[in-house]
Amino acid sequence: MQLVNITINGKAFEHEVEPRLLLVHYIREKAQLTGTHVGCDTGNCGACTVVYNGKLIKSCLMLAVQADGSEILTIEGMSQQDPEKQKNGLHPIQDAFLEKFGFQCGYCTPGMVLNTHTLLKSNPNPSEHEIREALEGNLCMCTGYQQIIESIQYAAEKMKAGK
Amino acid sequence: MAINPGTGSNGVSGTTSNGKPARKRSVIGKAQTKIDTRDKVRGITKYTDDMVFPRMLYAKLFRSTVPHARIKSIDISAAEKYPGVKAVLTGHALPVAFGIMPVAQDEHVLAYEKVRMVGDAIAAVAATSEEAADEAVQLIKVEYELLPSIGSIQEALDNPDTQIHSTSENGNIHRSIAYEFGDVEAGFAEADHVREDFFFYEGNTHLALEEHSSIGIWSADQKLTLHSSTQNPHYLHRTLAKVLEIDQARVRVIAAPCGGGFGGKCDPFNHEIAVCKLSMMTGRPVKITLTREEVFYCHRGRHPVLMSMKIGYKNDGSITAFHNRTVADGGAYGGHGPASMLYTGVLQTTTYKMPRYKFQGARVNTNKAPCGPKRGHGTPQPRFGQEVQLDKIATHLGLDPAEYRKSLLVEPHSLTANWLPIATIGLKKCIDKVVEGSGWKQRRGNLPHGKGLGIACSAYMTGAGTAIYWNAMPHSGVQIKLDRSGCVAVFCGVTDIGQGSNSMLAYIAAEIFGIDPFDIRVVSSDTDITPVDLGSYSSRVTLMAGNACVQAAERAKAIIVEAVAPKLEVPAERIVFEGRRVFDEEDPNKGMTFAEAVILAETQFGTLGTTGSYKPPKWPGKYRGAGVGPAPTYSYCASVVETDVNPHTGIVSVPRIWIAHDGGTSINPTLVMGQVEGSVYMGLSETLFEEMTYRGNRNVVHKFPSFLEYKSHTSNDMPDIITYLLEDPEPNGPFGAKEAGQGPLLPIPPAVANSIFNAVGVRVDEIPITPDKVLRAIRAKAKGQEGRVGPMRFPEVPYPDPIVVATPDDRDHVVATGKEPVGATK
Repeated sequence: MQLVNITINGKAFEHEVEPRLLLVHYIREKAQLTGTHVGCDTGNCGACTVVYNGKLIKSCLMLAVQADGSEILTIEGMSQQDPEKQKNGLHPIQDAFLEKFGFQCGYCTPGMVLNTHTLLKSNPNPSEHEIREALEGNLCMCTGYQQIIESIQYAAEKMKAGK
Repeated sequence: MAINPGTGSNGVSGTTSNGKPARKRSVIGKAQTKIDTRDKVRGITKYTDDMVFPRMLYAKLFRSTVPHARIKSIDISAAEKYPGVKAVLTGHALPVAFGIMPVAQDEHVLAYEKVRMVGDAIAAVAATSEEAADEAVQLIKVEYELLPSIGSIQEALDNPDTQIHSTSENGNIHRSIAYEFGDVEAGFAEADHVREDFFFYEGNTHLALEEHSSIGIWSADQKLTLHSSTQNPHYLHRTLAKVLEIDQARVRVIAAPCGGGFGGKCDPFNHEIAVCKLSMMTGRPVKITLTREEVFYCHRGRHPVLMSMKIGYKNDGSITAFHNRTVADGGAYGGHGPASMLYTGVLQTTTYKMPRYKFQGARVNTNKAPCGPKRGHGTPQPRFGQEVQLDKIATHLGLDPAEYRKSLLVEPHSLTANWLPIATIGLKKCIDKVVEGSGWKQRRGNLPHGKGLGIACSAYMTGAGTAIYWNAMPHSGVQIKLDRSGCVAVFCGVTDIGQGSNSMLAYIAAEIFGIDPFDIRVVSSDTDITPVDLGSYSSRVTLMAGNACVQAAERAKAIIVEAVAPKLEVPAERIVFEGRRVFDEEDPNKGMTFAEAVILAETQFGTLGTTGSYKPPKWPGKYRGAGVGPAPTYSYCASVVETDVNPHTGIVSVPRIWIAHDGGTSINPTLVMGQVEGSVYMGLSETLFEEMTYRGNRNVVHKFPSFLEYKSHTSNDMPDIITYLLEDPEPNGPFGAKEAGQGPLLPIPPAVANSIFNAVGVRVDEIPITPDKVLRAIRAKAKGQEGRVGPMRFPEVPYPDPIVVATPDDRDHVVATGKEPVGATK
């Protein structure tokens, strides 16, 4: 067992964990934040996407012990991002996915939202092509991506307008 | 880009009973937010694996590493002693066989006599942690006596003595069928041309992102509750009672929010039953969540199907007869297989006039993961063959493939040769939409070599006409409870797998009561609490549960009107429900809030609740098996696909797809659009990438049991999809709605194949269309050979003698002339 300290959504967590514990299971089971999902176990689907020290990662490809001392943002933390832009408990990106029907079953949505959040930070005006490139590591089997891309374009507008 | 021309009846209510002009709709036909979206965008929706119960145990399964063997011994002694292990279960404790179809009861929770595929479950362990369960499973020892394995359709036909199931019809032929509707040979004799084509469609899987998960809870009062990621809680409920040998009344199945289904969570699965048994053994909740590799073993995806299609046609292209032979590779178990096999033939008559039709179908068992219902269930394969063949005929006769299809369309409100009842059909309009949108007439034939346009059409059932087990009860039920607060609770067994069925019920109830969808509480998919809905399969939910909801809501509305009309001193037919108010149509100030109206009704009549139910109409065919194929109505679709084919590499890219869908009136056009685009996605991905293939050398091990190698389209691979929704109302559907969830997948594979032919002049008569096949066909053509890749022959299949059935036209002929048509039976 090894002691790890991980800050998730601004809150400090400390646990004794087995070295083999994956970060995604740490987030889901130790921190009890189940908005981060497991879809493929191999780092392909992106359902477990989180932001790790400002970078987008797949939390099934990292051990919890490797994340010791890091800061992590999960979907549950989106309620604290851009506080001036939050409306009715939703971040504008979440609101855009809601308004533009950017999901069906919702299983990939946390990863999609965090991906969008990271994308718009570095590129507030992404073209459709850039959005498609950025989303490549997040699979969605329901939508055919069309309504997700429309949601992201709308999210970019909302972020700029400060809505 | 998404286009909704809104040419139909949007904004016009079809439900008024007083014959007056309908009022404008406030909910139906509008892009209303789904009622569960806020939880989903915030990541707080609880899927099954997100749920935790006190004292919960974790289960893991021991799975076979060999494809076909007799089990000589199972040693669980070391696993039982492993720290943290609370129970180890083997198949001897659960000898009752099951399967979703009454005619295919060939599965066991845990194999104890024989394993039939790599991945067959043999033992289950419940422990205090997932890790302990996993480690204990690895201590289980199984001794096998290996049997020869069957890895393909041909091997299954060639080796009847190596029988996978002793219950099969004949050798490894699990089920087979043959029908002849009208004299097909006479039809071929009448034809100016007869051609026969062979096609193959490889299997593929659903890839729902959520891995299957279940939690069984046996309580102190001897009742069982199962939370599961399932599409069909009702059939699961029946299976649990049967296999666990407990009273159905003591079993409760709750379908949790589902992270995608696409048909992959329709069957009752062995892991769902195993966790229940483990909970009964330990008295503690038991959870299992499969790994992605295990999900590949569950499979139940698209059947590989080999097809032979023989067609007779006149010089003008009209069809005189069609003979369709199919063999499906079912994998190791039955599941939905008998139905899947029938669906490789029964819907061939629903798009184009086909006066005589013969269908011979068979499903074989192999030592591979079991196939079943994936989006389109058994129909994308023959639809691919049929639409490619029509394209070949158009080429042969020098006809425009779009105009040619339009000349063949079945009539609305007619019967097909195999007695399927066609209701409304908007296919001509669909073809016109995609032809116009794609610039078909100007562009096709004027594109440079390597670029092409192809068209294909399809039809799909809006709800199967029969339940999976025979019964005369409703297919869907709704209960509505009116609360004095003004909240309306809608109870229904529907299972929302992301398609939005819970929201659909809220929209319908909100429209009828004149309130907001968010004023409605939908309670769904709980077999103890909600009335039965058969499940999220066969595109049945909107039509069936929607109609049940209309009935329950109209009944509740009538009760309120009975209380309100005398109070307002207004005739009942003038009472209107709108904007959360109930008022006089002629004097809108005369009225009250919806909540006040409910209070008035409750004061007068006591507790308020109503029910509604839906049962599909009786099908017109009278022959054995006539229950498979009929539906209250069919959806129609046409699609044009643009391809860009690199003649040097064979790589096909698809820049754009136009699709027009006749799904009746949309309850919510944005959700319908999502279903259409999602279907296009799934269809395109399986056309170009996906295949459920197995390693050779008869070990029959999956080639790709992971996302690492089994590739589906990403955002980057997806083309622009231009969607047109027809919006013409279907009288049999709630507010005019038909299905949208499956039909739009069907035209994609053939439209891609036809587009490739237009681009580079070669035929790939096989799905998936991978670059190596395209290149092989291009090279063959360059050498002066036939520019085609696909099956060269069709095996000898011992089909049964056909059931000979007179077509409706034959019957009319008999009535008119008094003479029996050739080949007719009573």
